[in-house]
Amino acid sequence: MTASEPTASGYNFAYLDEQTKRMIRRGLLKAVAIPGYQVPFGGREMPMPYGWGTGGMQLTASVLGQDDVLKVIDQGADDTTNAVSIRAFFERVAGVTTTTATGEADVIQTRHRIPEQPLRQGQILVFQVPIPEPLRFIEPSEEETRLMHALEEYGVMHVKLYEDIARHGHIATTYAYPVKVDGRYVTDPSPIPKFDNPKLHMSEALMLFGAGREKRLYAIPPYTRVESLDFEDHPFEVQEWDAPCALCGARDTFLDEVITDDRGGRMFVCSDTDYCQSRTEEVA
Amino acid sequence: MTSLTHPFLSVDALHKAFVLHGQGGMTLEVMRDLSLTLSPGECLVLAGPSGIGKSTLLKMLHGSYRVTGGTLRLHFEEGDLSLETLPAHAWHNLRRDVIGYVSQFLRVVPRVPAVEVVMEPLLARGAGEAEARVRAESMLARLNLPERLWHLAPGTFSGGEQQRVNIARGFIAEHPLLLLDEPTASLDAANREVVVELIQEAKARGAALLGIFHDEDVRERVADRLLPLTPYMGMPSTPIHEEEKPS
Amino acid sequence: MRRPDLERATLLEARGVTRLYGPGKGCEAIDIRLHRGEVLGIVGESGSGKSTLLRLLAGMVRPDAGQVIYHSSAAQGCDGSGHEGELDLYAIGEARRRALLRMEWGLVHQNPRDGLRLGVSAGANIGERLMALGERHYGQLRAAGQDWMGRVELDPGRIDDAPRTFSGGMQQRLQIARTLVTRPNLVFMDEPTGGLDVSVQARLLDMLRTLVRELGLSVILVTHDLAVARLLAHRLMVMRRGQVVEAGLTDQILDDPQHAYTQLLVSSVLTP
Repeated sequence: MTASEPTASGYNFAYLDEQTKRMIRRGLLKAVAIPGYQVPFGGREMPMPYGWGTGGMQLTASVLGQDDVLKVIDQGADDTTNAVSIRAFFERVAGVTTTTATGEADVIQTRHRIPEQPLRQGQILVFQVPIPEPLRFIEPSEEETRLMHALEEYGVMHVKLYEDIARHGHIATTYAYPVKVDGRYVTDPSPIPKFDNPKLHMSEALMLFGAGREKRLYAIPPYTRVESLDFEDHPFEVQEWDAPCALCGARDTFLDEVITDDRGGRMFVCSDTDYCQSRTEEVA
Repeated sequence: MTSLTHPFLSVDALHKAFVLHGQGGMTLEVMRDLSLTLSPGECLVLAGPSGIGKSTLLKMLHGSYRVTGGTLRLHFEEGDLSLETLPAHAWHNLRRDVIGYVSQFLRVVPRVPAVEVVMEPLLARGAGEAEARVRAESMLARLNLPERLWHLAPGTFSGGEQQRVNIARGFIAEHPLLLLDEPTASLDAANREVVVELIQEAKARGAALLGIFHDEDVRERVADRLLPLTPYMGMPSTPIHEEEKPS
Repeated sequence: MRRPDLERATLLEARGVTRLYGPGKGCEAIDIRLHRGEVLGIVGESGSGKSTLLRLLAGMVRPDAGQVIYHSSAAQGCDGSGHEGELDLYAIGEARRRALLRMEWGLVHQNPRDGLRLGVSAGANIGERLMALGERHYGQLRAAGQDWMGRVELDPGRIDDAPRTFSGGMQQRLQIARTLVTRPNLVFMDEPTGGLDVSVQARLLDMLRTLVRELGLSVILVTHDLAVARLLAHRLMVMRRGQVVEAGLTDQILDDPQHAYTQLLVSSVLTP
């Protein structure tokens, strides 16, 4: 899809008014200054229900410039409904150029994946976050979780991992795997597969996280230490597959299972469609 | 014997009264102006009719009753220790290391095996589990407690059996001052004999003993001196305010 | 004969601690001194203020007046090097106070469900305080869990079972294991045998006594049950309407009570 439709009139650039964007940018500056710390912000209503990426969209709208090139992915794919809709939205309300090529994008809004192609300095990755609080599963009180963060009372995070090993023999958490950012804040990396966790560590790109319903944002600045929590005798590990991608033959990417017929046929292909496609084109 | 000239315990002008708030503040005076001394290696037996205050004296020496007046002193090389003014927390170590008490009744946590009841005073001093067990078992064997009972809780034992557990517990830690409140009351002749031996051994190692024995035979065999309590120093428990006497 | 050392270092001290929710409700001008290795029982009827006092002492409720002082050097034994001598519990920051509760102190609730994480296994419950202290070896956490289950007479084979599947007495023992696994210096117990069947109480009491002796614990024990107090506490404080009416050695209080209220309390106990 290209920016064929004209920019909609009657809206401010990128939909949000400048005051709101300024407020969110201030929040982002604080988030960058305190890596992994959740900053509350006055979330606005977006023309989309919660759960569709309203948090990410508000962050994208606040950092997007007129000359920026935008890419939107959903579970690694550029062509799913959510990705297509958000891309079309910013084309109409901001008139920015969009792309599916990771390398060409200045801002990438993502739901639940980090692109396979290593990000470079100057790029911004905006995550859509459903539940920003990694301690929420064990502590329902917001007041208490804030105090726990303030005092670095993170023992319960390992209780969860312990319980995983006790039940399954290994750490069975496969997505939204908790990390410690810059040796200080325990942070939910959003529901990315733990396969992507190592890409958070010392990333060249700026990573921003927005939770629309919870009205929280946080950040992992470039070149920040990000460790996945684990035990000495059960170290953090990423998923592995027996076979390479059925389309491009990659052995080092995150694969999705695709059902191909009604007779049990299936194959594993890269979840990052742009990466897979570029490899297939190279081969061809 | 030099120890006779240096008593370990001195009681002077001891006075005890109970105030019964539930009975309109009535005061029961049970002891007045009691004095005694006790030396290491000596066994002093308190005599007198029941109700004269013999057990009361032992309980004051053990810290379970408060002292209304007078002094209770232990004499150590470094100086005297006044029991009547001793702060509560200081009694823990004093009872653990110095003053032992064998009461008529066994008061223990239910369901704890007899042998562990006997081991406890040693464990409290930091003795090893194995060593304490060996000593406790030999003590119980000596007191003829059937071996099948050692690992049962004494709650269901007969009076005599409970008493023997109590005696074993009281003598095992070899306190320098032992207070004995009718330890032979419900024992048969053979076991009374064992208690007499235990007392004589305690005297031989220099312990000072203060006891109540109703059994004439035992009393004569263990007592170095008799201290008859009379209404002059130990008063029968009659109220001094006759008009407030409970019905 | 040499005079024995009768002194014990002071571990926790309350100086004029007051917290009133109404006239006679709460605690008023309480002074306490808990020595190292001592079990101090606080007894009284419900509403006497004993639970409020426990919460004040344990750093959970800020007093309106007075101070709670923790002698951390006494807790460290003789050396005490590198440790502040006196910590004024409510003058130090919340971070330090919570860290103290988490690392050096322990709290045993009357209802084990208040002190346990019911959603995770027995082993995770026991391991939590160790993990909070930085233990990151699963095998060692598990070994500690099994060891402590044995100590509190739970079947170590049930380490992966949820606390929900345990009886009330077992849950209470699990809570005690979870609290003591980090070997705290000071443990607060609020009616630890309160909700249990009489048949289970005795075993728990014996276990607590053994643990107190073996670990050299100092304990503040709140109970309305004088029989429990007699078996566990070295010293007692009797509370009534927010005030301490009498304090002393446990058998002194129970066998020769001085205050009218204590006499009433002691004489009201049913003995089988």
